[in-house]
Amino acid sequence: MPAHDVLIIGAGLAGQRAALAAADAGATVAIVSKVHPVRSHSVAAAGGINAAIDPADDWRSHAFDTVKGSDFLGDQDAIEIMCAEAPGEVMHLEHIGVTFHRNEKGELDLRPFGGASFNRTAYVADITGQAMLHVLYEQILKYSERVDRFEEWFVTSLILDDDGECVGAVARDVRSGRMETFVAKNVILASGGAGQCYKPTTNALICTGDGMAQAYRVGAPLMDMEMVQYHPTTLLENGFLITEGARGEGAYLLNADGERFMEKYAPNKMELASRDVVSRAEQTEINEGRGVGPDGAGIYLDITVVPRKRTLEALREIVNIGKDFAGVDITREPILIRPGQHYIMGGVKTDVHGATSIAGLYAAGEVACVSVHGGNRLGANSLLDTLIFGRRSGEHAAARASAMPMPSVGDDQLRRDTDMIAGIIGRERTGRRVSEIKEELGTEMNRNVAVFRDEAGLRHAHEVVRRLKEEAQTAYIDDRGTVFNQDVLGAIELGYMLDVAEATVVAAIERKESRGAQFRTDYPERNDDVWLKHIDISRNGDDVPDVLYSPVTITQWQPEERKY
Amino acid sequence: MAEAHKPPQDFTLRLRRYDPESSGAPYWDEHTIQLEPHRSVLEGILQAKARFDGSIGIRCSCRAAICGSCGVRINGQPGLACHTHLDKALASARDGVIEVEPMGNMPVIKDLIVDMDAVHWKKVQRVTPWLINKQPIPEREYVVPRESMIDVTQSMACIQCGACVSDCLSMEVDPLFIGPAALAKAYRFVGDPRDADQFERLKDLAEDPHGIYDCTHCFKCIDACPKGVAPMSQIMRLRRRAGDDHGINDRNNGHRHEKAFTSLVRDNGLLWEAELLPRSYGGDSFFGKFAPPAALELVDSLPVITKALVRRKVTPTGALKPHKIPKEDRQQLKRLYDTIEGRDDRIELNLYISGYDEDDEGAEEPQRVAADEGMTSAPGGSPSGEGSGA
Repeated sequence: MPAHDVLIIGAGLAGQRAALAAADAGATVAIVSKVHPVRSHSVAAAGGINAAIDPADDWRSHAFDTVKGSDFLGDQDAIEIMCAEAPGEVMHLEHIGVTFHRNEKGELDLRPFGGASFNRTAYVADITGQAMLHVLYEQILKYSERVDRFEEWFVTSLILDDDGECVGAVARDVRSGRMETFVAKNVILASGGAGQCYKPTTNALICTGDGMAQAYRVGAPLMDMEMVQYHPTTLLENGFLITEGARGEGAYLLNADGERFMEKYAPNKMELASRDVVSRAEQTEINEGRGVGPDGAGIYLDITVVPRKRTLEALREIVNIGKDFAGVDITREPILIRPGQHYIMGGVKTDVHGATSIAGLYAAGEVACVSVHGGNRLGANSLLDTLIFGRRSGEHAAARASAMPMPSVGDDQLRRDTDMIAGIIGRERTGRRVSEIKEELGTEMNRNVAVFRDEAGLRHAHEVVRRLKEEAQTAYIDDRGTVFNQDVLGAIELGYMLDVAEATVVAAIERKESRGAQFRTDYPERNDDVWLKHIDISRNGDDVPDVLYSPVTITQWQPEERKY
Repeated sequence: MAEAHKPPQDFTLRLRRYDPESSGAPYWDEHTIQLEPHRSVLEGILQAKARFDGSIGIRCSCRAAICGSCGVRINGQPGLACHTHLDKALASARDGVIEVEPMGNMPVIKDLIVDMDAVHWKKVQRVTPWLINKQPIPEREYVVPRESMIDVTQSMACIQCGACVSDCLSMEVDPLFIGPAALAKAYRFVGDPRDADQFERLKDLAEDPHGIYDCTHCFKCIDACPKGVAPMSQIMRLRRRAGDDHGINDRNNGHRHEKAFTSLVRDNGLLWEAELLPRSYGGDSFFGKFAPPAALELVDSLPVITKALVRRKVTPTGALKPHKIPKEDRQQLKRLYDTIEGRDDRIELNLYISGYDEDDEGAEEPQRVAADEGMTSAPGGSPSGEGSGA
């Protein structure tokens, strides 16, 4: 069995950054990913990465924008760390080869972005995540001697020892079907978000909440799970992402009357208000009959106001997406968009080193909740989050590893997981298909746990999720093989998604106020007296999960009214 | 505005299946799915997988042509399943059925899943795929020309899907050819002014018999690429930098061959085949054939020459004279050469810089790289890559 100082699960930006940091700190490292690292969903991040690089900018301004963006639910100590370390991290990325676009002087160019009071978003056209992910993978290849790669290995469980410390994981080699116990002094979860709980979503098919559920199942609490970001500009057609960079470059949002309706909702920042504000404004326009397109379900995003040459150079990817997936030339006509599920602000609760409540278990990136995003994440802060806390957890885990012996781990969990997989493969064809259950889950979440929520809808969603959890126990699959049996992995992923969905719904029912991405039509005001606190969700056997609270850390910015 | 979308209709997919755990050979498997015509072939396959047979194997993730997982061949053409519309696929189908097969040039693991590690990723590792920093590393960012970063963005846009590798003709003949994707990746460093080893990289890729001169200009990779990376263009840019900018006279005679080829066409209007070999080896002039390397090569080639003579592919008198074409045609060709060679800056074959896209009606003309930006040199124009502050 492989044994390492640090085992990293997930090879997107957070995972790869953690691997490099841990290796630099002298640890032996393994990185396990269910897909090839460059297929990770970080690849889809388009617009850029925030950092107060400009000498006239100040990280405190970035931090305040982030706190305000979070609707004061973000923990300010963590936000300060992220924003203060941002310029150094972006320079590090530049040095290892990210091809950031330059200004006329040859220095990093910075574009405006939503919710930001200064131009501080560094970018590579609109393929920033892709460029960063591929460059980090270049480094991982360079570190081949020091970082063991397990590409296309699917993790089924985390392993705790008798003292409740995390000492490894069980994974299945997708290609051969072989199960393996990975022993590790520390495990870092970096396996991304859970957008597939929703349909439609901008997230890739692999974003099934694996890490959140794995941590939750061994007792780590999930925090801020009710905070689900709807991105203001996803393609009406199929939910694909149109980068916020489009509005950063100056594009307008227009309703059926051809009106720049953001004037009503955010007179100062207009289209570049924070995402929750813009998505709510769009949904309000649509709900009140001023939508455009089929059934008035969309809004126009007008990029034609951006000079064509600039669009072709800096927004190339969405030119292609418009052309290929909507048949629209965005340089010549507006494109139909609507708000769509995009990001989970919540996740496995961690401290500023990425450490969870379980010794030896870390989390970084979208799977984690530090919480730097609180109620609403600012655009271009997610890449920053992955790198800063990926690095910090890699460093911290390496340091912890240096002071302890390699744990000894039996094969109990391996046998349980092997049996579990055999059980799924051997199920009678009496229940529902896995794909049907997944479809119903996504549709329900998007109907009742979306931009606007209320008690009745949330209760309904919870009933549906509970029923689907039952049905998932007997859901059947077709593939009986071992080589690339994607079917059986899909059944395991469904279980992960249902756990995450339940945590989301329970937290949303609990928070009886409106803050950030959680807008309760039955409690439309923010209520700092009662709800300026995090909601932590913990597993309670197979029963409805437990709800606890934890305080929000406030350092220098007292909550105030939030206006854009 | 986008045309109103058509209602769902039936499409039949014929999938190439292979189960490595059975002793059986690959076989075809048909499924009829129902979707709107502008939906992708991937969505069709996922519907078949969800409704009829969950054991269909295909890698996929983002559905939006960003992650590069779902490279396949559709009706014989390599591409991304998520990037091909069902109606377009139907239009290119032979018999009304959309045929989907695994990519070529790579071993099949199961159904539509190929072993990219064994071929593609191995080749990527061959080109030292990481930045070798110019020293000293600055405290802040490297200050480099704005255009240089946009320039390498085209190769950075590669999503490593393998579509170009799938149908690379050179790789079919020479499996050791480094290939389009890996060489495009190499350009990403050679074109990057922050890289310290540009000369060494180019020398390495030029001297390797399976390197940049192993490409045969077939354009297949440009057709296959879903992201406009145009791998062949990047290979040609590597050649220009190696041969023209760095004066690397490779042992494969690649650069000399190119020179001889272009000057023969310039001077004679058409290629003078009999002169090509001696000039490629002995030097780009009429006297090239008297240089010792050319003589050796000519002696080596005697069996081929004899065969050609015997089969009357060439006649001795025909070989000694160039082909004849009308004088005005030759002059016109000369003018083309003069125009292209007389430019101050060469045109870089780069979509991001020129903003030119062939599918794009009314697109602007390709522009000269440096013209707009008032820079002293194109990023491709100087051996050092013109890192003004690097």
